[in-house]
Formats: sequence, C-alpha cells, structure tokens
Amino acid sequence: MQQINFILSLADANLILSQRNAEWCGHGPVLEQDIAITNITLDLLGQARNFYQYAASLVNQSGNMPGNIATEDSLAYRRTEREFKNILLCELPKGDWAQTVLRQFFYSVFCKGLYTQLLQGQDAQLSAIAEKSLKEVLYHVRWSGEWVMRLGDGTAESNQRMKQALQFLWPYTGEMFMPAGFENNEIDLASIKKQWLSQVRSILEEATLQLPAGNIFMQSGGKKGIHTEHMGFLLAEMQYLQRMYPDANW
Amino acid sequence: MNHQFIKKLYYGDIPDEPGSGAAYIAKADTAAWPLWEVFIRSKRGLDHKHAGSLKAADATMAIENARDVYTRRQEGVSIWVVESKNIHASNPDDAESFFDPAEDKVYRHPSFYELPDEVKHM
Amino acid sequence: MTTIHQFENDFQDKIDQEAKIEPKDWMPDAYRKTNLRQISQHAHSEVVGMLPEGNWITRAPSLKRKAILIAKVQDEAGHGLYLYCAAETLGQSREQMIDDLLSGKAKYSSIFNYPTLTWADMGAIGWLVDGAAILNQVMLCRTSYGPYARAMVRICKEESFHQRQGFETLLVLSKGTAAQKEMCQDAINRWWWPSLMMFGPKDSESTNSDQSMKWKIKRKSNDELRQNFVDMIAEQIKLLGMTLPDPHLKWNEQKKSYDFGEINWEEFWNVVKGNGPCNKERIDARIKAHEQGAWVREAALAYAEKKNKIKTVSAA
Repeated sequence: MQQINFILSLADANLILSQRNAEWCGHGPVLEQDIAITNITLDLLGQARNFYQYAASLVNQSGNMPGNIATEDSLAYRRTEREFKNILLCELPKGDWAQTVLRQFFYSVFCKGLYTQLLQGQDAQLSAIAEKSLKEVLYHVRWSGEWVMRLGDGTAESNQRMKQALQFLWPYTGEMFMPAGFENNEIDLASIKKQWLSQVRSILEEATLQLPAGNIFMQSGGKKGIHTEHMGFLLAEMQYLQRMYPDANW
Repeated sequence: MNHQFIKKLYYGDIPDEPGSGAAYIAKADTAAWPLWEVFIRSKRGLDHKHAGSLKAADATMAIENARDVYTRRQEGVSIWVVESKNIHASNPDDAESFFDPAEDKVYRHPSFYELPDEVKHM
Repeated sequence: MTTIHQFENDFQDKIDQEAKIEPKDWMPDAYRKTNLRQISQHAHSEVVGMLPEGNWITRAPSLKRKAILIAKVQDEAGHGLYLYCAAETLGQSREQMIDDLLSGKAKYSSIFNYPTLTWADMGAIGWLVDGAAILNQVMLCRTSYGPYARAMVRICKEESFHQRQGFETLLVLSKGTAAQKEMCQDAINRWWWPSLMMFGPKDSESTNSDQSMKWKIKRKSNDELRQNFVDMIAEQIKLLGMTLPDPHLKWNEQKKSYDFGEINWEEFWNVVKGNGPCNKERIDARIKAHEQGAWVREAALAYAEKKNKIKTVSAA
C-alpha cells in the first residue's frame, strides 16, 4: 500500500503540474514558447500516465477494491481532493511566465534527483519509468534554467517579476524533501535536497537572484491530502465530465 | 457591400469588413526576436536539410525552439541554426549566367561514358 | 533593356510551366500582396483556431483524450508559425502581421468565432472543420508560391491526424450512453452549417475573373470544394449513425453527388463582420497573450544582447 501511495504521489504531482502548464496552450508570450511549454506539458502528462498505469496494476493486484477495476482514469478522475498526494507547489496557479518557469525549474531539478535514485531501485517497473522520464526531465531542467537566467538577468521588470515569483514559490519548495511516510527506504530525500540546493543556488546566482535568506517557514500537507484552496477548483474543472457522466466511456 | 468581387472566403479573401476591430493600439513590437533558419539532419549519414525558420532571442534558444517546433515527430537527430540575416544567397537574376552554362557539360556525368559491359562496377 | 511587360510575361510563363515562385524572384506587386494577405490570414486562422479547442484541454474526459487534444492544439501553433515564416519571406514582419490581427485590420477564418460548448465539439471540429480545411489545404500544397507550398506540405502531413482523431472522438460518443449520443448529434447540428460556410460565397456571387486562379495561388472554386466536402461527409456520417441538419440533403443520381439546402448567408456575413458569438472573446484572448508576453520577449532580447556584448568584449 505504501508503494502504491508513493507512486500515486508521483503521478499526481506530474498530472497536476501538467494541468497547470496546459493553461498556457494558446496563450503563451510568443508562438515558439507556447509550443515549448506545451511540449513540457505533454511530457509531464505522459509521465503521470505511466505512473498511474503502474499504480492501477498494483491496486488491481492487491484486491483492495473488489468489484472495481482501477485504471489511469479512475485514479485521475475519481479520487477526491483529500486522496490526491501531490506537493502543493504543483497546484499553485500558473501566475506569470516568471512564476511558471521558476516553478518548473524547482520541480524539474527535484525530479532529476528523485528519478536518478528510482533508476537504481529494486522496483524494475518504477526504474523503467524513471529512466524514460529522466531524459525528458533533463531537458526541462535545461529549458527552465535558461529562462530563469534570462528573466533574472534580463530587464528591470523581468528581474522584479522573478524576485516576486521566488518570494512566492520558495515556501512551497521545502515539502519536496519532507518524508510522507510512504517513500521506501531507497529514497534519500536529504541527499536529493543537497544536490537540489546546489544546482538551484548556482542558477539563481547566474540569474543575479539570491536564495531567500533566513529560516523561512515551509508549507506542507499536499502529500497527506491537505491542499491549498486552489486544488478544489482545479479538480472540479478537470474531473467535471467524468463526474457528470459516471457511466460513460470517452 | 461589394462582395461580388470576392470569389473565395477561405484564407486570403476574408473581406476587410469593419466591425471586429478591437480596442487594440498597434505598436511596433520593440522586442521582436530575430529570425533563424533551421537545418535538420533526419538521420545519421544524411545532410542537414532546410526545415524552416523561427524566431528566437539567441542561438541557444533557437536550437531549443527548433527542437520543439521541427522535431516533434522524431524528424531529426541533429540541428543547425543560423540567423537569417547571415545567409548570403545568389541573385535569381543571375540564374542564367550562373546555372545554364552547366547544361551542355554532359561529360561531367558518369553516364556520358559508354564502357563495355565486361567492366562492372565503375 | 527589360521592360516591366517582359518581367510580367516571364513571370506568367513560370507559373504556366508549374515552376514555383521563390522569395527573391521578381513578382508583380499584386501577386506579392495577394499571397501576403492569404498566408497571413491562414496563419491567423491557425493561431486563433487554438482557442476554441484549447478551451477543453483542462476538461478533457480522459488522460488519453487530454494528451491527444493538447498535441493537436500545439500542432496548430506550429502551423501558424510555419505560415508566419512563409509570409515573412514576402517582406512583412510577423510583429506587423500580429498587430494587424489584433487591431482588427487582418482577418481570420470565421469558423473560430463559434463557441465550443460540449466535449463533442472537439470531435465535430476535428471531423468537419479540419475536414473542410484539409480539402483546401491539399489543394494549396501545389500553390505557386514556393514557401507557402512547402509550409502546406508540412502542415498537411500533420493535419491528417486531426480529422481522424475528430471522427474517432465522435464515433466513441455515437456508441456511448444516451447523453453522449445526444451530445454528438447536437455538436454536428451546430457545426455543420458553419463548416459549409467555410468555403465562402457561391461561385455565382462572383462577377470578375479570378486573378488568383490564373496565378495558381488557388486551384478550385468555392462550390467545387464545398460539393466535394458534402459528398464526403454525407457518406461518413452514416458510419456514425447520426444525421446532418439539412432536410434537403439528398443523393442526386443524375449528377452523382448530393444536393443540399441553402446556407444562411445573413448569418455568414454577420459573423464575417464581427457579429459572431465569440469574435470579441477570441481577439481579446490574443491581445491579452500578446500584451502580457511583451515583457518576456523584451527580457529575452535584453539578456541575449548582454551575453553577446560579453562575448564580443572577451573576443576583442
């Protein structure tokens, strides 16, 4: 059960961030970047689906849901807000381009560390998903990192906006490294955090931005299903058709 | 309405009727990104071929944009970009003096030479 | 000395011999303008066309459908981009074209001024709207202006998946629950006539000879294309077990094609003039994206210039 919850937390984080980034499709700052962010949206959605499909197969094997067959869609569309285990960072509004690229950067650098560890884990299926995802994640790190530098070291306005995004997002970064109890003992969140901080610090420096100083209180709760107020609206929109027509196939 | 002069309404002939003119004040975009030409090697062993163009603020972004725009369906294994303004081209008006003289030099082509069948693979 | 007349003759000779016209070739001013207008309207249509479908990305009913829809809308961004680049070879910047779109000076296809009200609209747009577009676009692959023709070849390659996924979306609905069947028929009812309008006014509405045909920018008449479309859809709809909302639709054995009813031309002209249900929303959305993106474009450029300067200094 713990393993299923862990996999669901990965699936949920990717799906919810993908849902947020998808809001840019058709509304990007320039066509080329509309296409770029949408590629990332599709990658995240693909990763979410791989994790959901694996989680569904484990749920079905466990026989915990008699009479019901779990599928990627039942997991994505028929669970309640309290059952979603994504970190809060992913569900925050997309904000402006600064907030979007900085969030992506924080998240992708984290996934890089996490998937690298999963790759070496005992669970062959999870390792295979991590391997495939890692290729995409490395590109996301590169793309978002470059944007962080561009905006941080661009114009006075873009610098200001990056500072605001940093201030807003920073309190949501700590949750990535807080154990929720469902991670297996192969995952070493402390070492992921160390690598994460080092890469984030160096890119922020390059971007003429500073890591927020002092002991900042970190928000958490997402992994346990205690979400922000944004989450209910996001799910209401995402799940609307499946909820409205529970007997339908699409 | 003078639409008797309009033949089609598909792209190109949608008439300029006023009405949907929005309250947008056109201003020349001061931050127009330069144009780049994209060349893609579709697989190892082949030349890079012109795939199209795109806008990007710098070369790094141009390569990434090319990846996102022109290789979404696995069209490539390698990308070149060059800023469009750096391309020098022959003048089409010179086409005759440039290219026609090659027309009568058939002896440059291997099929010009008739060899006995016994000579294989040359 | 070469006269303008000779230039024009040479130009028409090239066209008649099916040679493509390339950006640096001499071309009549009107040919340049006609192409610029057509390609930019086409580009605008792709970009504005992202909006009605983009509407449903966050509400797609399954993860698979969500992925397909995102990929499709993204393709449209790509098509807009290819076309803007093709238009730029005629001497107008993309920024200028976008300004013209946002100020209402340049037009886009009226079909995108209709609202997408249910999920079935995603299917109906793919099947009917993209189906109508493909008929026109396949023809445009052979258009005389080289960059336009090349962009169209690339677009048509990608576009064929759009119509198929649209039809398949409806097919699933047509075999679904009563509510889904109803949704399916309703979407077809709402999109059928606007799709027919996409081909433009009747040929008889036109009195002058069409220069575009002579220059081989276009190759088939409105009515010809519309008839092809009706014949294709009237057959395909049988597979869906749905009906088209036209009591006059009937197979005509004599002419070996379908007869169909009269289009509501008043509605047609009104949507063109900006009175469609979503004209304002569409342009407002584009203005918002453009204006809110300005600082991003500026920042990227400023950063590139800084880095360039550093490079130049260190090279000196």
